[in-house]
Amino acid sequence: MSDNTGDTTGGGDSAVDGTAGGGNTVVADPLPGLVGFTAALREAGLPCDRHRVGAYFDAVERIDVGEAAQLYWAGRLTLCADPDDLPRYDEAFASWFGGESAADAGLPVRREQRARIAPLTGEGDGESGEEAGEQLSVAASDVELLRDRDLGELTDSERRHLRELFQTLRPVFPRRRSSRLRPAHRGALDPRRTFRAMIAGGGEPARLAYARKRTRPRRVVLLVDVSGSMKPYADSLLRFAHVVVRAHPADTEVFTLGTRLTRVSRALRQRDPERAMLAAGGAVADFAGGTRLGETVRVFLDRWGQRGLARRAVVVVFSDGWERGDTALLGEQMARLRRLAHTVLWVNPHAGREGYEPVQSGIAVALPHVDRLLAGHSLATLERLLREVRDA
Amino acid sequence: MTSESAATGTAAGAAHTAVSSPAKLSALLEDIGYLADDGVATAAFLALRMGKPLFCEGEPGTGKTSLAVALSESLGLPLVRLQCHEGIDAAQALYEWDFPRQLLHLRALEAAEGGRLNVEDAEQSLYTERFLLARPLLTALRSAPCVLLVDEIDRADDEFEAFLLQLLDENTVTIPEYGEVRAEQAPLVVLTSNRTREVHDALKRRCLYHWLEHPDLSREIAILRARVPGIGQRLAEQIAEALQRLRTMELLKPPGVAEAIDWANALRALGRDELDAASAATTLGAVLKFSEDTDRVRARLDAVLG
Repeated sequence: MSDNTGDTTGGGDSAVDGTAGGGNTVVADPLPGLVGFTAALREAGLPCDRHRVGAYFDAVERIDVGEAAQLYWAGRLTLCADPDDLPRYDEAFASWFGGESAADAGLPVRREQRARIAPLTGEGDGESGEEAGEQLSVAASDVELLRDRDLGELTDSERRHLRELFQTLRPVFPRRRSSRLRPAHRGALDPRRTFRAMIAGGGEPARLAYARKRTRPRRVVLLVDVSGSMKPYADSLLRFAHVVVRAHPADTEVFTLGTRLTRVSRALRQRDPERAMLAAGGAVADFAGGTRLGETVRVFLDRWGQRGLARRAVVVVFSDGWERGDTALLGEQMARLRRLAHTVLWVNPHAGREGYEPVQSGIAVALPHVDRLLAGHSLATLERLLREVRDA
Repeated sequence: MTSESAATGTAAGAAHTAVSSPAKLSALLEDIGYLADDGVATAAFLALRMGKPLFCEGEPGTGKTSLAVALSESLGLPLVRLQCHEGIDAAQALYEWDFPRQLLHLRALEAAEGGRLNVEDAEQSLYTERFLLARPLLTALRSAPCVLLVDEIDRADDEFEAFLLQLLDENTVTIPEYGEVRAEQAPLVVLTSNRTREVHDALKRRCLYHWLEHPDLSREIAILRARVPGIGQRLAEQIAEALQRLRTMELLKPPGVAEAIDWANALRALGRDELDAASAATTLGAVLKFSEDTDRVRARLDAVLG
């Protein structure tokens, strides 16, 4: 846990220290200031809904607002919902109640870098209305052609058309046995239901009831490399991820890998693909940056995977395997991932090219720890990937 | 919001009147050997005062579960613990009728009455207190004020979460054959999660959210001195310093406070008052739980011991 969580403590404590002297900026009626504070937090992306804001005011009434530490904690306890919220809260608290900016107070300034998804083409979506009519008339044979087109080499109209074709994908998840039971005609005897039936029948031996284990969808985890070398595919792969998330929102997790790890599952749960992509783009600060695959996979396993997110899951890594960091680390972490996961699939957009050899330093060390290496450069290959996932 | 907390009432009535500030609560916790920092003290204080459940997340070994235990002890309230697991359902968490005993009872009645059973009476006698098996949640509602620990809620599935949500909102449960069970005072609820799964926001929204960190050096020394009988200042310092270094070593499982206490106990059991390379090497198993971690630390043991 070398990254965020570690930073958080430092930020948390220093935020309190930094404002200890500025506590007297809270005036007799603090309410207007607090409302502004919650608005600023909402702006920063914290889940400050009506419910939480109400709880915050309630909490503030019960503490000593003259004490900066108590004021700090009252907000952090009621307005945050995730460790990722804490740095943003610390920053907002320091700048709102500190009376001086975070930088002046010597606090680590953790400005959230908002990056939009880099437009893959220069053109905006302005004239899409006109194009829509055109797209509907595309003949079936064109669709077949488009299915095999390389996602990194599409023209604008092809790209728009393909986005619609993405919506026709129907991801089916593999299933695993859960520990919940369901009534069945055969299986183990279900004493509870049997006895209940007997009591209902006045104690006469009724029909025996049986139960079997239920099945439930296996979790699918998508790790999407958004570094510079994957730039032509990042947009399409995230759209693909959106389709998968929408099909099984509770059982899919999506992370982006770049210079750091970002969880975008929550952003991608929105129904509308454009809004979901915008939200995901806002969350990912390192689009088209460098890659430290081994390092980010390690962070994934430390923060999420080992706790249970990757356990028994189908993990799909979308990456070309370009590794600027230490490849030994990547090999080690992929081995660790393999031990936790049910299946590890590696999807390489370049693997579909003719004459492709898995020689990139990263992929060469990762390959021994991967169940299947798949291509992922076109709609057709992504459909094949979904079949692999279903059969995993 | 305010009206809601008024309706559910404040948790642990008698105990909370004595606790007028986070500092007071912190002192109460310290009396029984739980050293709370500002955050934990304020969180628990507000949970008491606002009658809201406290949702604790954090690294394993940061004292999420022991906070609930310490709260129950220091406030003098009974502790009811519900350990969540996959597939947990109402029958395991709330209540269940003891069907086999009901059946026996029915047979006994039949035999005693020589086959002339009064159906109404017999049925009524089946659904009484003696055949009701109370599981943790029902126990908590009945024995409130109490501390209800819902441990590792992330392991339960979302159906159970929804069910728990309803229970926490209403502090009431209706058993069809029996009647309504209402908690006179809302229990002080502590939920813990290891983040193996994201808990639904609807549940989090109703709670105070607290993220626990590993303690800093001085606090960890104090915790060791409070929790390990007979430990000297020097050994506590050495262990705490080694732990701080271990946590920066990118281990698969960074050791928590529980491991620090285990380590101290192991060393005390061996009669050591000081942490040297030899005693550290033999007791490393108390701190590290992965062979990869053990190998890595063994190779750099001198650096860890400082």
